[in-house]
Amino acid sequence: MSGHDHGEDGVSRRKVLECMTWAGTGVLWTITGGVPRSLGIIDSAQAATAATPGMTFLQISDSHVGFDNPANPNALGTLEEAVAKINAMPTKPSFMIHTGDITHLSKAAEFDNAERIISQSKLDVHYVPGEHDFLDEDVKFYRERYGRGTKGAGWYSFDAGGVHFIGLVNVVDLKAGGLGNLGAEQLAWLEDDLRGKSKSTPIVLFAHIPLWTVYPEWGWGTEDGGRALEYVKGFGSVTVLNGHIHQVMQKVEDNVTFHTARSTAFPQPAPGTAPSPGPMKVEDARLRAMLGVASVNFKQNEQRLAIIDTPLQG
Amino acid sequence: MKTLTRRDFGVAVAAAILLPATAARADDMEVHIDNFVFQPAELTVKVGTTVTWTNRDDIPHTVVSAGKFRSKTLDTDDKFSFTFTNAGDYKYFCSLHPHMTGMIKVE
Repeated sequence: MSGHDHGEDGVSRRKVLECMTWAGTGVLWTITGGVPRSLGIIDSAQAATAATPGMTFLQISDSHVGFDNPANPNALGTLEEAVAKINAMPTKPSFMIHTGDITHLSKAAEFDNAERIISQSKLDVHYVPGEHDFLDEDVKFYRERYGRGTKGAGWYSFDAGGVHFIGLVNVVDLKAGGLGNLGAEQLAWLEDDLRGKSKSTPIVLFAHIPLWTVYPEWGWGTEDGGRALEYVKGFGSVTVLNGHIHQVMQKVEDNVTFHTARSTAFPQPAPGTAPSPGPMKVEDARLRAMLGVASVNFKQNEQRLAIIDTPLQG
Repeated sequence: MKTLTRRDFGVAVAAAILLPATAARADDMEVHIDNFVFQPAELTVKVGTTVTWTNRDDIPHTVVSAGKFRSKTLDTDDKFSFTFTNAGDYKYFCSLHPHMTGMIKVE
């Protein structure tokens, strides 16, 4: 990609949002010059991805290892199925991000089990914590395992394949009556992290709770998420990847594509369709269609970033 | 023995009804967590009352009143109790799901 592309015609392209088609259990998004386009259902999407190699990474989320309630009595088992799905993908991903709630109750054994299964992917994994990963008395298990080299409660950035990745933490120091929270220290760090970056650098922000307001009545949003989005406003291509809500949801606003991934453990209801956002019990036969992983493909020369949601089954 | 007048009878009945309530003043009061909601969301109790919260959700919650009390993480069916020894309004919330809020008014 080149800065020229973005500077000259990125804006006009961004004004066009084509074809927001939901197709069964999956939808493919590609981003060209910041314009998201829906290209088709999973099968054709996978074919397209396989045909033109680029940098592909995976997102898994909300594995809730230790969860054994009726919505899924074996969350470790479905995580294992997700990893098997990843290992069977035609394009080997460069790495994986996990957008939090690795465990259900932050027990050492839960972290150990999660690590044992996820490591079978043989991929580097970049984690951000969910609120379920900070529940141990001393709040140390997550930090000991995944906090090395991170700032504050665990935020950091790295570069891969020409994309700048930023992992944020919005699950600590939450205020009564509020939503997810980044806090002043992290926002200052973010502003500094982005300073001097070329505006043509594709940016991927990832965090557990959606950075955009999905449904405040259920706490699905981040109080100061708008501040973070201010800092990425000038960039041509911004992708925000979140978990927490255990379902695929997407929104496109100007240069920013928001996307939430499925859980590998249990589904949660669509906003407002149930008395609470708690685990949703579905028929056993439907469960695996509502769990899954996401793969994201970035093609350097075409400025494309495609998100493919793959359910465990169906 | 004096004949029971209608008025006396009324007083006696009232006392009988009030007695258990009075005796229970400093006993347990319950707050349930169901569907990410504290129920009742607002509770008025006397000084000395112990309130017990029970999490009946499939998801862990906490009960936190800044500077006053803080439960451990409550998994399904876990309980947390706190005895209110001072009058006042105690606002509290779940630190994991901060849209969940409640209040104990202690008189």
